[in-house]
Amino acid sequence: MNALLSVVYLVATITFIVGLKMLGHPATAKKGNYVAASGMGIAILGTLLLHGLVVPTMIYILIGLAILVGGSIGALMAVKVKMTKMPELVSLFNGFGGASAALIGLVAFGSQLADATQATTVISGIVIGALTFSGSIIAWGKLDGTFKSVVNIPKRNLINNLLLLGIVVFAGYMVLSGQQQPMFIYLLLGASLLYGVLFVLPIGGADMPVVISLLNSLTGIAAAITGVLYSNMVMLVGGILVGSAGIILTIAMCRAMNRTLLAVVFGSFGGGETVEGEDRAAGSITKTNAGDAAILMNYAKNVIIVPGYGLAVAQAQHVIHELEELLTKRGVDVKYAIHPVAGRMPGHMNVLLAESNVDYDLLVEMEDINPHFSNTDVVLVVGANDVVNPAAHNDPSSPIYGMPILDVEKAKHIIVNKRSMNPGYAGIENELFYNAKTAMLFGDAKAALTELVAELKNM
Amino acid sequence: MNQLIDLITNNLDLIYILILAIFVGVEVIKHIPTILHTPLMSGANALSGVVVVGAILVMLNADPDDYLALVLGFIAVVLGIVNVVGGFAVTGRMLQMFKKKER
Repeated sequence: MNALLSVVYLVATITFIVGLKMLGHPATAKKGNYVAASGMGIAILGTLLLHGLVVPTMIYILIGLAILVGGSIGALMAVKVKMTKMPELVSLFNGFGGASAALIGLVAFGSQLADATQATTVISGIVIGALTFSGSIIAWGKLDGTFKSVVNIPKRNLINNLLLLGIVVFAGYMVLSGQQQPMFIYLLLGASLLYGVLFVLPIGGADMPVVISLLNSLTGIAAAITGVLYSNMVMLVGGILVGSAGIILTIAMCRAMNRTLLAVVFGSFGGGETVEGEDRAAGSITKTNAGDAAILMNYAKNVIIVPGYGLAVAQAQHVIHELEELLTKRGVDVKYAIHPVAGRMPGHMNVLLAESNVDYDLLVEMEDINPHFSNTDVVLVVGANDVVNPAAHNDPSSPIYGMPILDVEKAKHIIVNKRSMNPGYAGIENELFYNAKTAMLFGDAKAALTELVAELKNM
Repeated sequence: MNQLIDLITNNLDLIYILILAIFVGVEVIKHIPTILHTPLMSGANALSGVVVVGAILVMLNADPDDYLALVLGFIAVVLGIVNVVGGFAVTGRMLQMFKKKER
């Protein structure tokens, strides 16, 4: 390898680390993105210009064409996407990265593998890349609504774990025995693709942030493995950075839902086994209308808004901002309470509200806002359910028992906007709705909030 | 057993780098505010597109008559570049929205 290219890769690697670090702080995040992107640019350009191989012009033309096509597709998709569709897109891009790694592995397998190290990297690259690809595509389809949200496969945990075990054992056999028949690798490829599908398919919407973050991390690992294959430091370090960062983020998501990472990977995860809805919580609910809710909020000293996935579905992020501005103008102190797993990807609510220009100082994280609920006049819950379910605190038999929640029940008044009385994703009753302090404002989030804003304007 | 020890000693540099990179990744990400989870994930996602370097190497090393390798390599470059360009662009778009409002 050209000596200059090594230097280019070193510089690119440093920009990745610094860029990622900068992405972690609000003040420097935007610059961090540029830093990492420019590092990627020089790594790609450096590879093209300094590789030191004798390559026919035709191949250069092909590479140029591929970059042109891929670049335009990527840029177009990124610019066109609506903010509410962001989780799908990130998932799709992630799948492409995984597919790329698997294809590289396939080509490398086609040329002769020198030793066990190479065989290990190539085979594991194919397996991880392929399952990340199929898993991400399923995640994309589910978020997009193309596939039904929860598919129940009987004994799915057993099937999945057996399949995973089979893949690992078979891959190990291929490495140790030095088997290089194309037939075997296609079998392994098929099994990995299938595993990705079966792993993501049964997972319910509320567990999506965890899965997306995990798949993201796996793509990084696939990239790192490919880096080992080519002894390419920028791929190795870049991939590992993404991998370990992704795992940390995944663990943070798991913790927010009171699950362990092992439970995520090996089962007892993501719906299907929900406890039968106990009617114990049942009682009478109080309905309210936009007019009464508007009066309550208009004369409140402070209001906390709790957004959930329902807000994203109804695309009500602009109306809620209008409501918040209107109340603030009337002297009401308005804040948003953000649960770490509200929505369908990590930080989903923050992005959604930022799109409608909500000042991010108004978005308060769970630990910081929980002490304030007890002296809050009105809490408005919009399209959130499980993250405000008191069963997490006081019902040991509940599937969500132990999950940290927003303590909205401590507020003086609670208004819950929901489309109907259907239970949330976890399929459990929410006693918050039967609380004497709670009033239910039924209807689509956008329609209900629009009405609320109209009522407020008339006051 | 000997095989395993060989595997480790033959790749000692790589293993050191691997372990250090894991810790760098963990340290860099620790204590990130929730507000940045999505841009961070999306930015990391773009970084994993570094696999495109490998895809380009596949094509550069390919025998011009090996059509299978060329086709697979071509697709790998396209997919990798979509991941890189799309990932960084979408991250930039998200961060663009995180602006403090002037009052």
